[in-house]
Amino acid sequence: MQHHSQTSAQPTAAPATHVVPLSVYFVIFGTLLLLTGTTVWVAFYDLGPLNNVVALGIAATKATLVLLYFMHLRYSASLNRMAVVGALAFVVLMIGFTLSDTITRPILLPAAPQFSLPSTSK
Amino acid sequence: MSDTATHVEHHFDSAEQQQEAATLGMWVFLVNEIMFFGGLFLVYVVYRTLYPAAFVAASHHLDITLGAINTTVLIASSLTMALSVHSAQLGKRRLLILFLVLTIVLGAIFLGIKGVEYAHKFHEGHVPGPYFTWEGPNGGQAQLFFGLYFAMTGMHALHMIIGIGILTWLIVESARGTYGPDYFTPVEMTGLYWHFVDIIWIFLFPLLYLIGRH
Repeated sequence: MQHHSQTSAQPTAAPATHVVPLSVYFVIFGTLLLLTGTTVWVAFYDLGPLNNVVALGIAATKATLVLLYFMHLRYSASLNRMAVVGALAFVVLMIGFTLSDTITRPILLPAAPQFSLPSTSK
Repeated sequence: MSDTATHVEHHFDSAEQQQEAATLGMWVFLVNEIMFFGGLFLVYVVYRTLYPAAFVAASHHLDITLGAINTTVLIASSLTMALSVHSAQLGKRRLLILFLVLTIVLGAIFLGIKGVEYAHKFHEGHVPGPYFTWEGPNGGQAQLFFGLYFAMTGMHALHMIIGIGILTWLIVESARGTYGPDYFTPVEMTGLYWHFVDIIWIFLFPLLYLIGRH
């Protein structure tokens, strides 16, 4: 991480950021549009339990492309990548542990009070 | 001595170190945002697993065409934002301002379409609260879906409004010639924020609009 030369007291000429070629931006943009079309198209087919997997898989792919190329994470310091991966891991933990309760409650405790909402309004 | 020196705060060794610090700081802020929206997504996931049928029925009242158009508009605004950063890196001031303006225009189009959708919900009585109306079973559960719809898209829209404000400030600064190859950190950090808001919508679109369409 220590790129700065100790012998030079002068500031470096420019921040060492990667200038991404324009073609990369346009290819990513085209891919994102293609994936948007795909997710709408595939939503009209019943894939059974795979419906959510496909929809979220496409969304995750799109998000990854935005993170890596539009947000320069691919060219960025690995510390920044760690921050994002850490955040996503905690979101997965938060949702996973909560679901482990709400999904298994009717199975493990069938006699316990379940979630309920009024079935009709008005 | 280059112009860079004027942009480097005294507590940084170099422009490069300052830029790295700013980038990490921005990512830590976005981590905070991920956890914030993560809470909303958690509530959505829990209630959708509890009431899948009501969520599908309620989701059918959302306009899939407007949702898809808005997704495209937002992705296009991410492209123009990326091109803004690119122009700043190369010191092309006119292009920088052009792409920043285009990003605001696309963001405003998104919010306009969102406004049309919201107005439609008010007319149909699908806004949660005392005037919520629902033809069919499980009205309370459907109301929960629309509550989440307004909370999630509303928070997303609020982020976009704030983003448009920051972009406006960037245009003013760009016109003054603040940014160039030596210093464009604010443009790049705003880009990170704008792309993050795009990513949130990338997940909101299939989760709210595209469930149970077959």
